[in-house]
Amino acid sequence: MPMSVKTFAQVDEAARALAASRSARYLGGGTLIMRAVNYGDQSFDTIIRTTDPRLKQIAQQGDMLVIGAGITMSEVIANRETAFLAPVARTVGGPAIRNMATVGGNLFAASPYGDFTAALLALDARVVPAGGQPISLDEFLNARERNAGLVIVSVQIPRLRDVNAFRYVKVSRVKPKGIAVMSIAAVLPMQAGRLANARVAYGAMGPRPLRALAVERALEGRSLDEAGIAQALAVATEGVDPPSDPIASDWYRRQIAPVHLKRLLLGQRR
Amino acid sequence: MAKKPIQFQLNGSGQAIFAEEGSNLLDVLRRGVGDLSPKYGCGQGTCGTCTVLVNGEPRLSCLTLAETVEGQSVETTAGLAHGPQLHALQHAFMDNFAAQCGYCTPGMLMAAKALLDRNPSPSREEVVEAISGNICRCTGYEPIINAVLAAAQSGGRRYG
Repeated sequence: MPMSVKTFAQVDEAARALAASRSARYLGGGTLIMRAVNYGDQSFDTIIRTTDPRLKQIAQQGDMLVIGAGITMSEVIANRETAFLAPVARTVGGPAIRNMATVGGNLFAASPYGDFTAALLALDARVVPAGGQPISLDEFLNARERNAGLVIVSVQIPRLRDVNAFRYVKVSRVKPKGIAVMSIAAVLPMQAGRLANARVAYGAMGPRPLRALAVERALEGRSLDEAGIAQALAVATEGVDPPSDPIASDWYRRQIAPVHLKRLLLGQRR
Repeated sequence: MAKKPIQFQLNGSGQAIFAEEGSNLLDVLRRGVGDLSPKYGCGQGTCGTCTVLVNGEPRLSCLTLAETVEGQSVETTAGLAHGPQLHALQHAFMDNFAAQCGYCTPGMLMAAKALLDRNPSPSREEVVEAISGNICRCTGYEPIINAVLAAAQSGGRRYG
């Protein structure tokens, strides 16, 4: 199908053009949209992109770390401000994919992709659309299909008091690069030896990255040891809806979730 | 069908061609320029045989919108040898029998070149990581890893 490409210098112009067209898609790093083009996706005939430098910024703004939507996984790995996210970015694709795939694009990656977004979800990130107010990532993901009409400028991550409170694991069958059987990201803040306001998110355990709310509730006020996390492990798969795909079945994903959650919470090496 | 002019450097020489809007870099290289060294494999970013270097960094040409390389430098396997003088990696791939059916080879070579250009003496783990986005369906990974290590030991650019 004949395709047209519209490139805008300003992200706001790109957002208006996207909103005005029913048959346009927004191109970030290309790993999702160009794949759709290659496979003959007939649902769009216009590619919209922007060269706006705002999308390529990483900055501390007050209590927020702001990562431009056009920042690639390689740039996340290379930048000092985002060093704590490097272990997450490194699990996305191989080197060539990491040079292309962006933080903004990962927000829209269909399951079992979207490991970076699972990490952002645990970190309580907010999504900033062009010309709009920041929205919580929870809320953004709940209406992700509708939000495909938005151009994302950046994500905002509240500053972590203790970077070591952030943990992440991606479970895959192939090393060093493999698609997720599941991924788990957690922020585990401790107050006087007790967990307070822990956030746990899963990737590849539903149609989109999701919070493990039952796990979070079961961890509140507990200590990070075998006895303290027992209840959390018992409810590890509450609320999940894992896909059955060529990587793993729904059943298998449910079976391994508590195993990997336990290792992550106790800081055990795999 | 609308065509757009694109200018870029390919293996050090200037290219100016008209490409259909929305076409990917691999199509432009193969059909537009006639450089048949990068291969079409999966078209979805899984196999890595279309890997080229853009400004020295590996990219998947089948997922790269062609017009985004305007003014950039693109390298393909066709640019590795200088006349009859093969690149160290090409020598090492031959010496180590690293090309079995050969379909993944151009992608492997470019992924390995990107590694050696910034890290002339990589560890085995670093080689494995560098080619982790490239699938060899003959599963001949060991000879490929050995070849990249051998090329590094030979001094990397000595032949190039």
